[in-house]
Amino acid sequence: MAPLLLFLFFAYAVPFFGVARWSVTLPEPGVGQYQALVLDPLVQSVFLRTFRICLFVTIAAVAAAYLIAFVLVRGTPLQRLAVEFCVLVPFWISVLTRAFGWVALLSNRGLLNSWGQQLGILSEPLALVRNEFGVVVGMTHFLIPFAVFPLASAMRNLDERVLLAAQGLGASRSRIFWSIFVPMTLPGIIGAALIVFVFALGFFVTPAILGGGRSVMVAELVYLRIFQSPDWGLGSAISVTLVVLVGVLMAALWRFIRPRELAG
Amino acid sequence: MTHYRPGPVILLLAALVAVFLLLPLLAVVPVSFTPARFLSMPTGNWSLRHYATLVSDPRWLDAILLSIRIGVVSSTVSTLLALGFCLGLWMFQPRFAAVLVGFAILPMVVPPVVSAVTLYFLLTSLSNVSGSIGYDSWLGTALAHSVMTMPFAVVLILVSLAQVDRRIDLAARGLGATVWQRAAQIIVPNIRFGILTAWLLSFVLSWEEIGVTLFVTSVNAITLPRLMWMGLRDNIDPAIAALSVVLIALTVLVLAIRAVYRWRTASPEA
Repeated sequence: MAPLLLFLFFAYAVPFFGVARWSVTLPEPGVGQYQALVLDPLVQSVFLRTFRICLFVTIAAVAAAYLIAFVLVRGTPLQRLAVEFCVLVPFWISVLTRAFGWVALLSNRGLLNSWGQQLGILSEPLALVRNEFGVVVGMTHFLIPFAVFPLASAMRNLDERVLLAAQGLGASRSRIFWSIFVPMTLPGIIGAALIVFVFALGFFVTPAILGGGRSVMVAELVYLRIFQSPDWGLGSAISVTLVVLVGVLMAALWRFIRPRELAG
Repeated sequence: MTHYRPGPVILLLAALVAVFLLLPLLAVVPVSFTPARFLSMPTGNWSLRHYATLVSDPRWLDAILLSIRIGVVSSTVSTLLALGFCLGLWMFQPRFAAVLVGFAILPMVVPPVVSAVTLYFLLTSLSNVSGSIGYDSWLGTALAHSVMTMPFAVVLILVSLAQVDRRIDLAARGLGATVWQRAAQIIVPNIRFGILTAWLLSFVLSWEEIGVTLFVTSVNAITLPRLMWMGLRDNIDPAIAALSVVLIALTVLVLAIRAVYRWRTASPEA
């Protein structure tokens, strides 16, 4: 037991404080980097863009995952198997392969644009990638499986008898869905949304490839500040800020999961 | 058993989402068989040259071998450390166990980019001690990967330990077994499947790891994802498509085997 804690302490905790120290000592001691972080319009715009993208991605991924989870929990065995396959295959495949697939589909000379032009639907290629649209599509695709698992577990815990009672009292299918099923799985929806949002905040690979350097998100900004225009102080200050932000969100997540476990 | 089945509207929408999930994976397939040297769309001419590149070009082969080596070392390290940690937790049930677990799974929760900066700091500091375990070395990369995969190993081993019957350990203790005997002869054999799963998951995670790898390597330690990344950033190399198809086929195969296995072992009501 002790070796892991020591290993993690020296290989993870200590260097993190090193990074935190960079954030207040480079290039000069003080909180200058944190001031820059709040005042610099570039950093501000990157943070704003990150929040905007994360918001879109969260809504899209949770809505899509809700449908998938619904079929996964309540479908016929064959439907379940098909849906499980569609979720697990992308889940196990590397981020890079998936990003590459989107590039092959969406780029100017990609499958969608060339087919559209051949069929005469498009007169000129649509800009689908190397912009925010591409980033949102790629990230939503990546995060759907992560939202499916908590949603499916929330739906499994739902008491079957409530649905039977509603049916017995003559509620229509859509009425059952909107006034019973969705409200009763709300904690699951909020939990899934928080998980997706937290994951999306620190996203790096997909935005870097599908954003093509134009719609830079926070994580890519850290990379650029450390490697391309060496400003380790700012890069570390952003990292520390991200950790604090995620910590706050995780604390919120804890709040939402606890009551559900008590009720279940 | 369930009376409330998804209706046609939900099924249709879910099918659209399912197509969306599979779309980028399917898109890779035709691209991988194109004959051109740059990324191009299928025109009716097919070729296997990108697959040939994978086995003939030393760059790809080296990267594959390096990824396997780093994966084996890092997953072994992380599984062994996680095993020790979990055994200690289970056998001695220390106070503040929840806090300790929380600390151990930290790298899983912290945004990957922050872990990446942290490990970059670690490895550049280690470079001052010795170049062979520092920045841009394969051992350093393996070290960074084991930090990142350890939380997953810890979670998996804890889950399988939770299913072990405490009474068998009590019996061994009553019969005078030492702590080491209990750990090695009683508990470990009972969770061997969990340990194997932890090792495999760590290996897969290390094999795919790119976020941290980008921060801790530059020109020497080029793992497979790192090489793919370079091919994606600069000019898109269609060999990536061929590699992707191979990886997708492997994944589908493993999942299919698992599905068949579960179908056979599952009780008939499923």
